[in-house]
Amino acid sequence: MIYSLYIINKAGGLVYQKDFNDGLAKLSSNEYLVLAGTFHGVHAITSKISPLPNSSGIEILEAENFKLHCFQSLTGTKFLLITDLPHPNVEQALRRIYDIYGDFVMKNPFHTPEMPIRSEMFDLNLQKLIKNVGSG
Amino acid sequence: MDFGHVQINDPNAPAPNQRLSAASSAADSRYTRGKSTLERSLNKTKGAEVSLSAFAFMFSEMLQYAQKRVQGIQDLERKLNEFGYRVGIRMLELLVWRDKNSKRETRVLSVLYFVHTVVWKNLFGKPADSLEKSTENDDECEWLWCGAISKVTWKWGHMVRFDMISDNDPLVSRYISVPKELSQLNCNAFVAGIVEAVLDGCQFYNQQILTPFTPFPLSTPLPSPQPARVTAHTVPIDGFPFRTTILIKLDREILQREELLKP
Repeated sequence: MIYSLYIINKAGGLVYQKDFNDGLAKLSSNEYLVLAGTFHGVHAITSKISPLPNSSGIEILEAENFKLHCFQSLTGTKFLLITDLPHPNVEQALRRIYDIYGDFVMKNPFHTPEMPIRSEMFDLNLQKLIKNVGSG
Repeated sequence: MDFGHVQINDPNAPAPNQRLSAASSAADSRYTRGKSTLERSLNKTKGAEVSLSAFAFMFSEMLQYAQKRVQGIQDLERKLNEFGYRVGIRMLELLVWRDKNSKRETRVLSVLYFVHTVVWKNLFGKPADSLEKSTENDDECEWLWCGAISKVTWKWGHMVRFDMISDNDPLVSRYISVPKELSQLNCNAFVAGIVEAVLDGCQFYNQQILTPFTPFPLSTPLPSPQPARVTAHTVPIDGFPFRTTILIKLDREILQREELLKP
């Protein structure tokens, strides 16, 4: 089951947040921003403290009842997907989300890069994807 | 600490410099292998398609460029229409050139059919989804019903004709989400401009204004011939929320000519 998606721009600002399940605890919008900024910092630190050079930052964070997957694009945009523990093929789902982001956010002339995402088509296609992947 | 710098997530991915070299060698082979676009045969259509992503990015930039230079939605649509016009006028020439036994279409129906099939196929890879005649009337006051374009009153005291070409999933605006404050905007005004240019190129415009002896002094610019007016409207139907109708208004002169051409 997929719980929610966060998209963090390369400066650590939250540009998109969506919950896909009812009954998740809601945070205030400020708390969401703090969460995104904090993760961004932790991600940077983890990549710095790695004993091997050129290491990526944090990719999976596992807790007792959720798993957080992070996918960072080449431009530094981070996609965080929060799922339940047994969810399969998250990597693939994140790639698909990145595809949809590339299509319906970056090719949309009304979107300003690094700004919050307000795109109807992105929402629509994301919903479709989550429906396919989330139930499986 | 630098939080803004870019990292590659996948440790198996090639290092950035390797990628670059791979890309440039691919580009090199392209230049050495084949001819540039300008040297290719105009009649060769296979393999000459443009990537949809590349087009989408360019169209996005065009829209942003236009948006900085206009006031209001109508102005923006007019600008897009102008962009399309420049494409359409070249498209017509190219298509007529490619067609072995080409001729200039003179009848309304045949030129519209040409737009619906040949032009659409070459631009979007498939014919448009429908071609309909909407109305033809010489009434003082005419009620037009056309899906989402609610009822509109036209008060030209002469004969006009409306035709509609519809596309269920227009390629141009496939990746575009128009924000709420611009909800009136239809980016297919660009396509409308292309259609307008094709009609214009086939001499479907108001000919009366083209008389050689004008009463204007030379310093004032001559009135340009009035092209067939073409506009784009979103007309959603079941299953196709982005269906777009290109509405073509043909004026009296053309209809009169059509009458004369009737066998």
